[in-house]
Amino acid sequence: MAEPSATEPERPHQERADDAVIATRGLTKRYRGGQLAVDGLDLTVPAGSVFGFLGPNGSGKTTTIRMLMGLIEPTSGSARVLGRPMPRASRTVLPRVGALIEGPALYGFLSGRDNLLRYDAADPTADPRTRRERVAAALDRVGLAAAGGKKAKAYSLGMKQRLGLAAALLQPRRLLVLDEPTNGLDPQGMREIRTLVRELASDGTTVFLSSHLLDEIEQVCTHAAVMAQGRLITQGAVADLSAGARGRLVVTTPDAGEAARVLKEQGAADLVVDGDRVTAEPPERDLAEVNAALVAARVRVRGFVLERASLEDAFVALTGEGFDVAG
Amino acid sequence: MSRAEAQDDRVREPAVATPGGPDAARTPSPLWSLGLLRSELLTTFRRWRTLALLAVLAAVPILVGIAVKIETSDGSSLGGGGGGGGGAGPAFISQVSNNGLFLVFTALAATLPFFLPMAIGVVAGDAIAGESSAGTLRYLLVAPAGRSRLLLTKYATVIAFCLAATLVVAVSALAVGALLFPVGDLITISGTRITYAEGLGRALLIALVVAASLVGIAALGLFVSTLTGSGIAAMATTVGLLITVQILDQIPQLDALQPYFFSHYWLSFADVMREPVYWDDLVKNLGLQALYAAVFGSAAWARFTTKDITA
Repeated sequence: MAEPSATEPERPHQERADDAVIATRGLTKRYRGGQLAVDGLDLTVPAGSVFGFLGPNGSGKTTTIRMLMGLIEPTSGSARVLGRPMPRASRTVLPRVGALIEGPALYGFLSGRDNLLRYDAADPTADPRTRRERVAAALDRVGLAAAGGKKAKAYSLGMKQRLGLAAALLQPRRLLVLDEPTNGLDPQGMREIRTLVRELASDGTTVFLSSHLLDEIEQVCTHAAVMAQGRLITQGAVADLSAGARGRLVVTTPDAGEAARVLKEQGAADLVVDGDRVTAEPPERDLAEVNAALVAARVRVRGFVLERASLEDAFVALTGEGFDVAG
Repeated sequence: MSRAEAQDDRVREPAVATPGGPDAARTPSPLWSLGLLRSELLTTFRRWRTLALLAVLAAVPILVGIAVKIETSDGSSLGGGGGGGGGAGPAFISQVSNNGLFLVFTALAATLPFFLPMAIGVVAGDAIAGESSAGTLRYLLVAPAGRSRLLLTKYATVIAFCLAATLVVAVSALAVGALLFPVGDLITISGTRITYAEGLGRALLIALVVAASLVGIAALGLFVSTLTGSGIAAMATTVGLLITVQILDQIPQLDALQPYFFSHYWLSFADVMREPVYWDDLVKNLGLQALYAAVFGSAAWARFTTKDITA
């Protein structure tokens, strides 16, 4: 798992329940108003994965995360985290889970360091003798070592987000649940978070990452699940999901007409010629052969690229709709 | 994880240890559970708001002391008057110019009907609801603080605040009394004479009784605090209940209900100054407070342990 964005086609059956870090069966939450927030969710998060949890705002992601963390009692169904039932096993499960839920929440009148000391004190399994060191290390890890003494109310949104992350990193964790972790961060901060997530994943920590930013999920996640209107639409390895929507072959050439003819001969379908760009659904044969055929026909090729389908394409293909807030 | 191991981890890989680290058996000591109480006490007593409440409480004896000093500076003694106790307060204030120790009793009688319980209402009402509205509640719970443990910790901290608030009033009054007025042997309500040392003992006992008198409203405030997600609403509701009960306690037609109002026996602490001490109402008061603590403590527990945390 050194390269989390790489896919693992040789392990298609990772989603067995026994090595799942999170497994829900028919998980359902109906709020008192009658609103069905989560509807029969069967979610399986394999151990060691970086799991992207996708969905538009209001699709039930946060309610799901709150049920997994024992904050909300499910109406029906079950949820197991680290192999134990939640919320019943909160005491044994949660010390091994770091969480950032719906943005950071801090005591504004305490310094960043004192905030972490307090959250650490709330964990009965946290050793008070190593508390200060662990807090200092967590601050250092998220780049807040210099600002640790400042009152949290003086922090920017990005700094608060980092402090929230630091709270999730106070202990070595088996599972990290990060709900929209890059909210409020600048591009540099986003990149740092992605690097951090990859680092943690290479340490063997399973990362459950909720986001509405598709390319963020695509960049760091090995697996993903898509929710819409309280239901799970799909889940699986990111590669398999994107494979559902096939990529397109893009040839850039001044001899567009000739290129289109050759590509058609080679079995490419759905040809589109646009100026010096020819795009097509790639044929089943080896693309090296296709390229050789183009050159043999004296087509001057500037570019020959297979554009992979993005997760967004996959999402649109799956839902047949855009990425809008559920009504 | 030992200290040495932790340092080792920090050198290699800050904050997060190698794989397997999370599975390494941590053997938590039961004493570590108290870390939350310590943190809660520190957090509460470092808050600017808590300190402001205590400062207001400390100022009351100073104001009363100065007022009495000015009134009696011509050598006359004060006429009998209720010490701000809504007309039912004991007449300690007339004794203050004779003996500074009486300022302690006067100040407690002046603050018990409103200032003290209001301060408790603010702290208790904010206990859970304040965390909820700040969003910090969800992080405490996933830490995991444990709902029962968190609630107990909060209640213990509110009780500690009751004691601290009462002692602040008593100590401030003791200091101001000793500064402005003569001290020495004193006369009890029953007319007997006791030494200053014994008087100090009685003052301490009274402070403890007053602190215990606040246990009921503390439980009530905590229960209200579990009902709402807004700290301000919980504080306002608790203080509103306090005022309502204080008013209802003055309506003669409700005398059948009044023995069940948490404030009904509050001023019974004056009975500690009788010789011998008249325990009946004191015991009734303490029993009533215990009843409130049990009923509203259970209600708060039932509510908080089953509540969906959506804030």
